[in-house]
Amino acid sequence: MCTISVVCALIRSNTNALSIAAVESCGEAVKLAISLAGTMALWGGIMQIADKAGLTAVFMRLLHPLTKRLFKGCDEATMKNISMNITANMLGIANAATPLGIAAVKGMSKQGGINMKRNIAMLTVLNTASIQLLPTTIATMRAAHGSTAPFEITLPVLIVSLISASAGCLTVLAFSLGSKKNAVR
Amino acid sequence: MLSGDIFVPAVITFILLSGVFKGVDIAHEFACGAKQSLLTVLDILPSLVLLMTAVGMFSSSGAVEIITSVLSPITSFLGFPAECVSLAVIRPVSGSGALCTLENILSRVSPDSFTGRVASVLMGSTETTFYTISVYFAAIRQKAGQLVFAGACIADLCGFVFSAVIVRLIM
Repeated sequence: MCTISVVCALIRSNTNALSIAAVESCGEAVKLAISLAGTMALWGGIMQIADKAGLTAVFMRLLHPLTKRLFKGCDEATMKNISMNITANMLGIANAATPLGIAAVKGMSKQGGINMKRNIAMLTVLNTASIQLLPTTIATMRAAHGSTAPFEITLPVLIVSLISASAGCLTVLAFSLGSKKNAVR
Repeated sequence: MLSGDIFVPAVITFILLSGVFKGVDIAHEFACGAKQSLLTVLDILPSLVLLMTAVGMFSSSGAVEIITSVLSPITSFLGFPAECVSLAVIRPVSGSGALCTLENILSRVSPDSFTGRVASVLMGSTETTFYTISVYFAAIRQKAGQLVFAGACIADLCGFVFSAVIVRLIM
C-alpha cells in the first residue's frame, strides 16, 4: 500500500502532501487508540455486566443454530463472545463489537485445533461484511441532506450485507475444504 | 432522529438494570471488563500505528483518484454510478475517509436519487475491511492468511455490486 501511495504521489506530483501525511497519521493512530480506549473500556465493562446478568446466554441460545454450523469446535466462552460480537454488529454498536471479536479470536487461537484458522477467518469475514439492522449514521446523514425517507435504505442494506456475508463465508468454507483435500494428498 | 439518539443509552441502561436485578456487583464487574478492553487497545496499538500511517499515505497520495479514473470506464459500462466508484475504493481502507466521501456525494446529488441511494447502501453494507482484519490479527499476533483476504475481498466485491443491483431492483 505504501508503494502504491509513493507511485501515485509521484504521478500526481504531490509528494509534499505524502510526506506530511506519513508523519501526521502515526500521531493520528495514537489519538484514535486513545478515543477507542474510552469507548472500548465502556463497552467492555457493560458487556461484562451483561454476561454476569445472564443476557449473553440468551443471545447465545438465539444464535446457536447459526453459530454451531459456522464455527466448529469452539469452547463455550468463545461461543459466547462470537454471539455477542454478532449481536453488537447487528445493533450497529461497532465499538462494543470489536473487543468482543478480539476476545473471540484470542480464545480460538489459544484453543487451537484443526478448525482454528477457518473459524478465525470466518469471524473476521462476518465482521467485515457488517450486517446491520439499523444504519443510523447513514440515515442521519441522509436526513441532513434533505432526504424524504432517510431510513428507506434499511432493507437494501440488510439484503446486500446478507448476500456479501454469505458470499464471504462460502469462500472461506470452499478455500478451507480445498486446502484440507490438498493436505490429505 | 429520535430512534437513533435514544438507542445506545437505552441499551446501556437496560444492561445495567438487568445487572441490578440479578444482583451483580456492577462496579466491580464493570472495572474488570473495562480493564480487559484497555489491555486489548494497548495490544493492538503498535500495528494500528503502521496501518494508520499506510492509510494516511494512501489517501493523501491521490491514489484513490487514479484508481477511480482507471476503473470508471468499466463501471460506467456496467451502470454503476461514477460518484460511487471513489467511495468503493476508499471504503475498505478508511472509515473516516469513506464518511467524507459519502458526505460529499450526498451534498452534490439528492440522497433520494439513484446515485445517492447506491452510495448510502454501499456505505451501510460494507466495513473498513483492512482495519478490521489488522485489528483482529494484531490481537492474536498471527499473520492474516489468504483465506481471510479472499473471503473479505469477495464479500466486499459482492457488497459493491449488489448495492447497485438491489437498489435498482427494489427501490
